[in-house]
Amino acid sequence: MAEITKEQVEHVAHLARLAVTEEEVEHLVDELSAIIEYAELLNELDTEGIEPTTHVLDLKNVMRKDEPKEWITQGDALRNAPDHKDGQFRVPSILE
Amino acid sequence: MNFETIIGLEVHVELKTKSKIFSPSVNEFGSDPNTNVNPIDLGYPGTLPVLNEEAVNFAMKAAMALNCEIATNTKFDRKNYFYPDNPKAYQISQFDQPIGENGWIEIEVNGKKKRIGITRLHLEEDAGKLTHGDDGYSYVDFNRQGTPLIEIVSEPDMRSPEEAYAYLEKLKNIIQYTGVSDVKMQEGSLRCDANISLRPIGQEKFGTKAELKNLNSFSYVQKGLEFEEKRQEKVLLSGGEILQETRRYDEKTKETLLMRVKEGSDDYRYFPEPDLVPLYIDDAWKERVRSEIPELPDARKQRYVAELGLSEYDAEVLTSTKQMSDFFEEAVGHGAEVKQASNWLMGEVSAYMNKHLKELNDLAITPEALAKMIQLIEDGTISSKIAKKVFAELVENGGEPEQIVKEKGLVQISDPAQLQEIVNKILDENEQSIIDFKAGKGKALGFLVGQIMKATKGQANPPMVNKILGEEINKR
Repeated sequence: MAEITKEQVEHVAHLARLAVTEEEVEHLVDELSAIIEYAELLNELDTEGIEPTTHVLDLKNVMRKDEPKEWITQGDALRNAPDHKDGQFRVPSILE
Repeated sequence: MNFETIIGLEVHVELKTKSKIFSPSVNEFGSDPNTNVNPIDLGYPGTLPVLNEEAVNFAMKAAMALNCEIATNTKFDRKNYFYPDNPKAYQISQFDQPIGENGWIEIEVNGKKKRIGITRLHLEEDAGKLTHGDDGYSYVDFNRQGTPLIEIVSEPDMRSPEEAYAYLEKLKNIIQYTGVSDVKMQEGSLRCDANISLRPIGQEKFGTKAELKNLNSFSYVQKGLEFEEKRQEKVLLSGGEILQETRRYDEKTKETLLMRVKEGSDDYRYFPEPDLVPLYIDDAWKERVRSEIPELPDARKQRYVAELGLSEYDAEVLTSTKQMSDFFEEAVGHGAEVKQASNWLMGEVSAYMNKHLKELNDLAITPEALAKMIQLIEDGTISSKIAKKVFAELVENGGEPEQIVKEKGLVQISDPAQLQEIVNKILDENEQSIIDFKAGKGKALGFLVGQIMKATKGQANPPMVNKILGEEINKR
């Protein structure tokens, strides 16, 4: 039985920059444990000697030529930004 | 207790393709912020990356030049992290199937050659550039986002900061020869992080390492490592423990300062990139790229010694940058005598570059002009001394050596009758020197030669002056 710990939930939440409350963590421990347990059904298959699948499409080497193309302007790029200044996106300081 | 230093380097090199690795945005340094971007770079929903074939070619070329084995089956993976320099919240990189593995380069420190292993070379996308304002905000420019980048990870084979410096010089030189990158640290197209640890001599197990960041020049890499070497030694000798931490080099205080202590390593949750299909690099593709790799610095150096008869030292200096080596080859191709071309490049040309902080390609002199000037020395039209005047003109303003010589009236005086006349005039004016010479004062002769050169503005043919002066003075 796969058991997700409270610490694991908090760790993953931190990596995803999600704020979770104490109650939510407890709830997520149960939910995620159930999900992982379900996924573990796959472990019942014998995959000995089978190459791992890295992509579901049977395609290789989809590439483009090295040709630059003008697409959008600086104004377009910044239009949806919550905040910008002097042509740059402005975000809360990330240095303490 | 005595310690052994263990150093490994991670080097990032931006590839100078015309467009980005996964989008057709222009790949260019120094543009106005957020002008070389498009919805793919900005991570808009619904967009899909498409791999730039040239980025793969360039990465292969670099990997081959670094003696790596090239993967046949390879792919891209997602490296997940949250940071404002990265609009998708993941970087497309390569995890378990890098394009190149098991390479090496040879370095030389204090006359000793040593092979430094290269663990892997993989292809990825660069992130945007963050600037930290003093107004409580950080500023993001995504022009760099999606620039093709190769990460080159060395084996922990270096045993001193000096070896690390030599490795970086060599790596930069090789990449520069392949032409896949500008490798300019000041523009960020080459960046370096260093891992360093100490272990008691004789111990096999590595000690805990610290990672150094913010190393903005090769000499800062060396200085940062030298500081860190001493710091770790002090901690260990006092019974302390080295923590696995990231430190940055402070250029002002010349110290390394703690940035953060590392906890765990599997925080990136890599998984195969579902938006890109796998890459299959067959032998034909590998051979095509291999055939495009130009002669590399070590091979050139050997050729200069074996075929052109240059000394090891001269060959090393000439091949230490591609620009210098290419200039030399072109000058020789235009008929310059090999040793002369080498001396001029290593002497006057390098001195001028260092004095004016210029690169060879920014000078007005062309390889052809240097070759012609050398020919004028060789055929006796000008003396080496006069050549310096011609060179000064060539390096500043360019032009044709022959024309400069004519216009400035710099042609060497080699006519015996004309020289005889000048010599006798100087002898007439300096009777005391003749007396001194006859009395056995050899110095007097030097003085007379000086006077003759002065009278001819340095244009008298020196060997002929010596000969004629000797003859005429003995007649008196």
